[in-house]
Amino acid sequence: MSLLEVTGLGVRSADGRDLISDLSFTVDAGSRFGLIGESGSGKSLTALAIMGLLPPGMTASGSVALDVPGMGRTEIVGARERLLNRLRGRAASVVFQEPLTALDPLMRIGHQVAEPLRRAQGLRGQALREAVTTALEEVRLAEPDRIARAYPHEISGGQRQRVAIAMALACRPALLIADEPTTALDVTVQAEVLALLDGLVSARSMALLFIGHDLAVVSGITDHVLILKDGTAVESGALLDVVNAPRHPYARELVSSARELDAALNGLDGGGRS
Amino acid sequence: MSSPIIEAREVGYAYRRAAPVLTDVSIEITQGRGVALVGESGAGKTTLLRLLLGLATPTTGRILFDGDTLALGDRRRMRSFRRDVQTVFQDPYSSLDPRQSVARIVSEPLRSLGLLRDLPRPGRRAAAGERVAAALRAVGLPEDAAGRYPHEFSGGQRQRVAIARAIVSEPRVLLADEPVSALDVSTRVRIVDLLAELRETRGLTVVMVSHDLAVVAALCPQVAVLERGRVVEQGETAAVLGSPRHAYTRRLVRSVPRLPRPPA
Repeated sequence: MSLLEVTGLGVRSADGRDLISDLSFTVDAGSRFGLIGESGSGKSLTALAIMGLLPPGMTASGSVALDVPGMGRTEIVGARERLLNRLRGRAASVVFQEPLTALDPLMRIGHQVAEPLRRAQGLRGQALREAVTTALEEVRLAEPDRIARAYPHEISGGQRQRVAIAMALACRPALLIADEPTTALDVTVQAEVLALLDGLVSARSMALLFIGHDLAVVSGITDHVLILKDGTAVESGALLDVVNAPRHPYARELVSSARELDAALNGLDGGGRS
Repeated sequence: MSSPIIEAREVGYAYRRAAPVLTDVSIEITQGRGVALVGESGAGKTTLLRLLLGLATPTTGRILFDGDTLALGDRRRMRSFRRDVQTVFQDPYSSLDPRQSVARIVSEPLRSLGLLRDLPRPGRRAAAGERVAAALRAVGLPEDAAGRYPHEFSGGQRQRVAIARAIVSEPRVLLADEPVSALDVSTRVRIVDLLAELRETRGLTVVMVSHDLAVVAALCPQVAVLERGRVVEQGETAAVLGSPRHAYTRRLVRSVPRLPRPPA
């Protein structure tokens, strides 16, 4: 079976509105899956539902199953907190859009990165410090020792997102969920962080669930995509099929909007591609 | 070539007791040749826009409006400047007062700039109503939008309200700070189309701060690339972004995420 199997997932708000209905998709071990939607489409809620992190009052129905080698198959919907805590970080972990809110402003970076390493690998003392340095080096942070001593506000947005990625990867998850990880970043920094994610996911044969609103960004890093609108899947399939021949009217609109902007760049001398 | 409407001449700016955020910046905005200011966070784009908008005075150098140095103290002159140079902000959720009706928001420049003062008092209300209706029509909002409030509109519609407010005084230049970056892609394309249409039909010169090179390419014939407070490259958009000479511009262009090429 697949690493992640979402079957008939529904999420309902406290006042009884359906925020996600009958959503199904699978992510195989080592594969890359993109979830595309505009604001309010339910894509971030899907990530939270997979992690068992839905806000209080929201209820999930259907099934979200994680099948990690060595950990067995686990149903997330309705699971107890203790079981979920064992899965988080190891079976799956998340990188969120805004690294400033993912990091504790009052804690030095080194301590924050150390926490999952201590918890998952039981490291202490010198070994833990070395593991922190290694984790920061793995996300291509130059001067890992300086970064480890810094507070989140003392480093740049791109560096913060690298730290958040280092923390998400600390427990060697089988599935990395990246929820708009580059939306808050400048375009050159975005390109660097995407390249970093791409390399890390390949090197560790992790599966990637990449959530985004920008078709061009998502298409650069995934090979299968699903388009969400108002909590419902309107189209899914191989990336090139969806981008080149969208069938659903909404998918067509999304692709043609993205193409229109892309075409503006094609109009430049040299086609804007280098 | 016509003389510039607004010009920044060797402009520098430093916030209090801080290193300069702009150094020796010179750009010209001429009728019909919209300029995009591109660059990344901290490059000084928004500061430059604030100077061009007359919201701050440069520490060194000058901002010229129709050939004269812009003096923020000269109220009569500033009024004609404000009438000619209007602005749209990034986030339509924070730029519209939630307690005011759309009619009141859009007509605000008419009141603050005293554009209806020459009319007899009884006629002002009707004239304002007509100007608001025309502005709402121009941005593609329904007539009954005037009586509604910002929260009743989506993000894209709110940005249309903000654009209606900006064009109600019939300005020559629209200075927009990331006008579409808070919007979803399909909405973004529609607002870009709207700005392009206003540019064509009203001869509006659109000056825009943006990090989105596709939007820049679609809207502005000129571009100035800023890096750490300096203009590293400027000129025709097609040339600068199409075959960039400066290393930073090249990196910027290369970083733009692209769709897979469509099949031939």
